[in-house]
Amino acid sequence: MPLRITGAADAALMDLPWNIPLSAWPEERIAALPRGLSRHVVRFVRHGDAVLAVKETNPQIAHREFTMLRELERMGAPCVHPVAVVTERRDASGEELSAALVTEHLAFSLPYRALFSQGLRKATLKRLIDALAVLLVRLHLDGFYWGDVSLSNALFRRDAAEFSAYLVDAETGDMHPALTQGQREYDLELAVTNITGELLDLQASEDLDEDEDPFEIAERLSQRYEMLWTALTKRETITENIPLHVAERVRALNALGFDVDEIDMQQTADGAALTIKPKVVDAGHHSRRLLRLTGLDVQENQARRLLNDLDEFRSFSALRDDESFAAHQWLTEMFEPTIRAVPRNLRGKLEPAQIYHEILDHRWYLAQAAKHDVPMTVATASYVKNVLPSKDDERAVLGRSIAEMTAELPALTAEVGTVWTETRDAHAIDNTYGWGAVPAPESEEPATVRRETTRKPVTSVPRARLANADDDAGELDGEGF
Amino acid sequence: MATVTYDKASRIYPGTDRPAVDALDIEIADGEFLVLVGPSGCGKSTSLRMLAGLEDIDAGKIWVGDRDVTNVQPKDRDIAMVFQSYALYPHMTVAENMGFALKIAKVDKTEIRQRVEAAAKILDLTEYLDRKPKALSGGQRQRVAMGRAIVRQPQVFLMDEPLSNLDAKLRVQTRTQIAALQRRLGVTTVYVTHDQVEALTMGDRIAVLKDGVLQQVGTPREMYDTPANVFVAGFIGSPAMNIGTYKVVNGAAQVGTGLVQLSREAIAGIKDDDKGMITLGFRPESLDRAAANAEGAIPVEVDVVEELGSDAFVYGRVPDAFAGAADVKFEAGDSQVVVRVDPRDVPAKGDTVWVTIRNGEQHTFAAASGARLA
Repeated sequence: MPLRITGAADAALMDLPWNIPLSAWPEERIAALPRGLSRHVVRFVRHGDAVLAVKETNPQIAHREFTMLRELERMGAPCVHPVAVVTERRDASGEELSAALVTEHLAFSLPYRALFSQGLRKATLKRLIDALAVLLVRLHLDGFYWGDVSLSNALFRRDAAEFSAYLVDAETGDMHPALTQGQREYDLELAVTNITGELLDLQASEDLDEDEDPFEIAERLSQRYEMLWTALTKRETITENIPLHVAERVRALNALGFDVDEIDMQQTADGAALTIKPKVVDAGHHSRRLLRLTGLDVQENQARRLLNDLDEFRSFSALRDDESFAAHQWLTEMFEPTIRAVPRNLRGKLEPAQIYHEILDHRWYLAQAAKHDVPMTVATASYVKNVLPSKDDERAVLGRSIAEMTAELPALTAEVGTVWTETRDAHAIDNTYGWGAVPAPESEEPATVRRETTRKPVTSVPRARLANADDDAGELDGEGF
Repeated sequence: MATVTYDKASRIYPGTDRPAVDALDIEIADGEFLVLVGPSGCGKSTSLRMLAGLEDIDAGKIWVGDRDVTNVQPKDRDIAMVFQSYALYPHMTVAENMGFALKIAKVDKTEIRQRVEAAAKILDLTEYLDRKPKALSGGQRQRVAMGRAIVRQPQVFLMDEPLSNLDAKLRVQTRTQIAALQRRLGVTTVYVTHDQVEALTMGDRIAVLKDGVLQQVGTPREMYDTPANVFVAGFIGSPAMNIGTYKVVNGAAQVGTGLVQLSREAIAGIKDDDKGMITLGFRPESLDRAAANAEGAIPVEVDVVEELGSDAFVYGRVPDAFAGAADVKFEAGDSQVVVRVDPRDVPAKGDTVWVTIRNGEQHTFAAASGARLA
């Protein structure tokens, strides 16, 4: 049977070298080289503007995971976007090759290992754990049993001062109408074990400080999870002032970032009290509100931050009574000019909403120092000049996944092409100077992203032998003379 | 170590009428390797997850040893799910990889070391304990992963299709290793697979499920020799048993022109709703070539001959022309019969060969209910 691609309407997928085993794909296709002991070969592949993750596996598993990711995506769960399943692959001699699952690499997402290599603060680690707890609660609310929760099976995106976590590997998962308590607890137990292992490993490789307690940090996941789960699903009994209590519950859930779509109210048997329990809750309370007001589609905490700024803007606006009009004005007078003021070559560093958040923070610090308010334009200019250039480019950090970690194992040392250089034009409509002069440290060169994996190929000669080799060479030279 | 008892345990998913697992009744002996097998959707994984505590038990009970675990949370059941896909942490030693999870359970250091050493001995990993995983071969790494489950010293191991993401060759190797290891450890193990060959080769006993209902439980030999009903007969064995429903004429089944003599028990078991019919089963390897006029000989018209070196299989049909064709219904394809023949004497396509069923290798089932008669 001929090659078969099920999924995305993207004919260019056909051009990828499906007739070659993934492990032997040509370097120019490969964005990074994560492969290893893991059950499957996984590699990141450049494809037009996007980076795709390709995983070789058997057709049943590929189809199952593809369907599962599609289902999760349809329900609005945070996960990677499934692109296609490729089956009936054959090489030139007609030999059968593994099926492949293709997913899209999430832009501006970071594997946890990449965060550790940036010198992780304890607070950051806790935020990662918190983000994973939110993800797990959201998946469990949707009836998804993960089966292999770990830091390496998630990706993290900066979300204002917090992180948002996304599911990457759904292979071990299962979809249910609702999860049993046993399923939730077991998922949580696996999560705690895996995270402990991952943190202990980071300590063993000296990427995590010895003083940190992996057991305590991993345990935090289960505490955060329980806290959030209880807040979202607990049944309360109310005897008086019912409207107030219901409103309070809804407001508390909103504050956690959830909307309550349905609430279940029941009178107790004696009729003296009422029990309430949220029935359908939806994550993304703030991001939905911001989307409705401005059309900006950003993550939850970013939305929270932008909404605060919007509210502040509105309180000084002449149009304060009309929320949607004020929102439009905020968008055109505050948000868009700020983002456009970021030089093109720095835009790959962070997402626009994240940049706006950081500028707001920066503005606060400037105001503190100056002891008076600093206009957004000034804060932006200062941020672009002093802060942003020193940041890492995070549009496509592939870093070290679990697969790449295990690639340090010996059978897989023949690594080549660990450097990925790419020229890109992320923002086709460039308005860099559309909004007044900016002290832009911008060169004429097109933006260049240079990523190097943190792992070097094991081809160098050990120091001791190198010294000997030098001696030998010296002797030889001597003989030559 | 412990026994496991499913005591009429049922799982009914919310919003469905039919139970996913219907009053499952199995007693698993201490140290036994039990394989749950059946086609997809038969309830085998659900049964396993009920034991693991991942599915609620809506009726009946499950016991581990003399403890009722029906309402006990997974982590308190003293059961370990074994994965083949554990991540190994490259910067930790083999011993740390195997033992760190015990630290979470607050097991003290010396005890952890003891358990890790004991597991390493069984797994032949003793000399590698203080090395990093990169010093190990692929097979050894897989054993480290097993070691993580072993050090927990659970009462029961559970495995759900652990070989499904391995290629065919590795699957055969690994299944032998798992079976051998289980016998060395002597820990009660429940193993789920859809592959009847895996079930036959690994299990001390096999439980066949269909539509959430246990069809039969027994040793591989029992399942093969005396399948309890038509479903089990067709499911166990490869190539599958030939099964057809025929008219009963004077104490014999009319198969084409052949009359296959039926046992007295079989005849006695025929009821009114069988309408004078009987379901007859015979394995491809239970047939002998015979003369056309031999007693009980069945004609088979050869369609394809499959030669495998050690064996040859004839795929053929009982010709329609021989009357009663409408009554001939084989489960595996329309009136197809598979016959194992001597690979040094294979018939040609289009030939008709005559075969008789070897004595005592005939299976009869009630035509209406499918239950075994003899």
